[in-house]
Amino acid sequence: MEQKKLTGSQAVLEACIAEGVDTIFGYPGGAIMPIYDALYDYKEKLNHILVRHEQGGIHAGQGYARSSGKVGVVFATSGPGATNLVTGLADAMIDSTPLVCITGQVFAHLLGTDAFQETDVINITMPVTKWNYQITDAEEIPTVLAKAFYLARSGRPGPVLIDISKNAQFQEFNYQGYTPCNHIRSYRPKPVIRKNYIDEAVALINNAKKPLVIFGQGVILGKAEKEFKKFIEKSGMPAAWTLLGLSALSTDHPQNVGMLGMHGNYGPNVLTNECDVLIAVGMRFDDRVTGRLDKYAKQAKIIHLDIDPSEIDKNVRATVGVWGDCKETLPLLTLGIEQKDRSEWLAVFADYAKQEYEQCIQPEMYPSSEEMTMAEVIRNINEITEGNAIMVTDVGQHQMVTCRYAKFNDTRSNVTSGGLGTMGFGLPAAIGAKFGAQDRTVIAVIGDGGFQMTLQELGTIMQTGIDVKILILNNQFLGMVRQWQDLFMDKRYSFVDIESPNYVMLAKSYGIEGAKVEHRKDLEAAVKTMLAHKGSYLLEVMVGKENNVFPMVPQGCSVSEIRLK
Amino acid sequence: MSNNTEKQEYTITVYTENQVGLLNRIAIIFSRRKINVESLNTSPSEVPGIHRFTIVVEESRDVVLKVVRQIEKQVEVLKAYFNTNDEIVWQELALYKVLSEEITEKVKVERLLREFGARAVAIRKDFIVFETTGHREETNKLMEALAPFGLVEFVRSARVAIIKESAGFHEKLKDFEEREPGEEVIENEYLGKREAVFTM
Repeated sequence: MEQKKLTGSQAVLEACIAEGVDTIFGYPGGAIMPIYDALYDYKEKLNHILVRHEQGGIHAGQGYARSSGKVGVVFATSGPGATNLVTGLADAMIDSTPLVCITGQVFAHLLGTDAFQETDVINITMPVTKWNYQITDAEEIPTVLAKAFYLARSGRPGPVLIDISKNAQFQEFNYQGYTPCNHIRSYRPKPVIRKNYIDEAVALINNAKKPLVIFGQGVILGKAEKEFKKFIEKSGMPAAWTLLGLSALSTDHPQNVGMLGMHGNYGPNVLTNECDVLIAVGMRFDDRVTGRLDKYAKQAKIIHLDIDPSEIDKNVRATVGVWGDCKETLPLLTLGIEQKDRSEWLAVFADYAKQEYEQCIQPEMYPSSEEMTMAEVIRNINEITEGNAIMVTDVGQHQMVTCRYAKFNDTRSNVTSGGLGTMGFGLPAAIGAKFGAQDRTVIAVIGDGGFQMTLQELGTIMQTGIDVKILILNNQFLGMVRQWQDLFMDKRYSFVDIESPNYVMLAKSYGIEGAKVEHRKDLEAAVKTMLAHKGSYLLEVMVGKENNVFPMVPQGCSVSEIRLK
Repeated sequence: MSNNTEKQEYTITVYTENQVGLLNRIAIIFSRRKINVESLNTSPSEVPGIHRFTIVVEESRDVVLKVVRQIEKQVEVLKAYFNTNDEIVWQELALYKVLSEEITEKVKVERLLREFGARAVAIRKDFIVFETTGHREETNKLMEALAPFGLVEFVRSARVAIIKESAGFHEKLKDFEEREPGEEVIENEYLGKREAVFTM
């Protein structure tokens, strides 16, 4: 075993290298200076991206984790640096994104004295981390970081925060080498699979006349896309996705019947209440998916596959709970299920899809109005990228439209803030997504509201020279809130009218090329120019001010009460 | 089903690692859901190095089940159980401080000691401290009996409880330490016998 003296700071960076980290998003400050000082000597091995705000750093870390499948690593200082991570931690927690965040902390002897930039980050972040821990003795660094990476990525992934006091960062100690962690006695990353539940689930599926598969991000997090595809293909079942399940199955797959939930597709929502067996794979029955719970799939037997035991029966009571890693459980189900022709049942979906296309999709994608629609912009992008780009979205109407209409061929191509709905997520997450998948085109679709929340990260793009395409869909409103005010609050447009700066000029001041499109005749060429451009590019498209996203399941309504207009 | 949504007293027993901050991690699971913790006790358990939390809440079975799952999900928690009162044996300890002159003049101390099973744990010229253990109703009785005589201080401990059917945690812990644990420790042990979950 190697025996050498290292400082705590060096041990942190050695741990990162041992864990295969190549990119770190961070921002220095007083209490994390020793780590940054050590980083100066690790520049060759670790690519540190200087962001413009810690929130930008953590969203970039999330984007990186989502596009690469690896753990995102974020550095921040104590006090305000640490508190600026909180939104990203909450976002990563609810969307199960693996992160290891390292925050500096004041000297151990100053803890609890209201020292300069001291904040109790451990207690602040407790509800929004899978695990957190404060280190005040450098000796603990290798084992704690090994535990941190293991916890972040294993089981149901999530964010981990490690707070390291400044003295521990400076402290020299006898470094024993780095041993990755793969077992913690009080922690069970995945439950043991029990054959009887597999058998029960198989029997239910084989006897089903109208089964419906609904899948979430669990398929992606479990790296089980192939297993999932085999599963649905063998049984011929229709499959619908949650917002975060999007891209786990290619959008043009014949059994892919579309999106679930509030702004999902007509068929999957209505038929959730008509299927006889509902097979939920790696999803958590979020209220945006289920609508009114007491009128949700009451007629159906429910099979719920999840790695997290606390998800089973949390919102919807399962007939059979198949606990386990879906990479292991799906093949077991596939083995047992019979090949079936379900074309009649699929035709019912096709019929709903046709109605939706005529009443909603066609008018949005090929509008006759003078005003441009968000959907036609996405259509233009599809035509060029052919579903090969990573689409990163912010939160709001543009997010729903992009997720509804964008084409995806490959997994890990849809990066969005689902559970927390964090406006300002898009731009920094796109930067991170690009670092996580450098050979792919990354397009950030952002509204005029969300963009103004984290536009400082244009500076990160400028300094790193990273290639991110930024598409601002500007409707001059905080559109989703306006839509609700329109539909449910008598059009009382309370503080949703938002002004924008000159985005093209703004981008230019950061050395980023850009253009603004106000008329349909210029749209196609502008999208082409953006995607052909070498390097980052900002395209602002002025879209209809008061367009609403439909279909919609109004809050408090059942999924069968979905409105097409 | 009504029995799953009706509120009643549940005693939650949690076996954990001994780690700073874990108390808070567990506490916020209740506070996030606006659940009042009636009583909370932390103590060593039958297994050296393993802590045992005893938490009492007045909630429905449905809610308690979800809360227990969330508790069990915490990294440093080994196992959590919940039980109704008829499944456990429990005690609380209460201390009562009264002024000596008051009590010796006006009450028959002897009667207190006999009737309420109280013990005098400190007798001084100026005050006496009594102690009783028992269920809440029992400790309340002495408090009520002493109230007219100027109860100077009263304090009651959290509930500590033993699960009647439990075989203890020694064997389970061995299983936990295995990399490939037996089915017993896996959280889905309740599947298929849901109604008997966590009642051991």
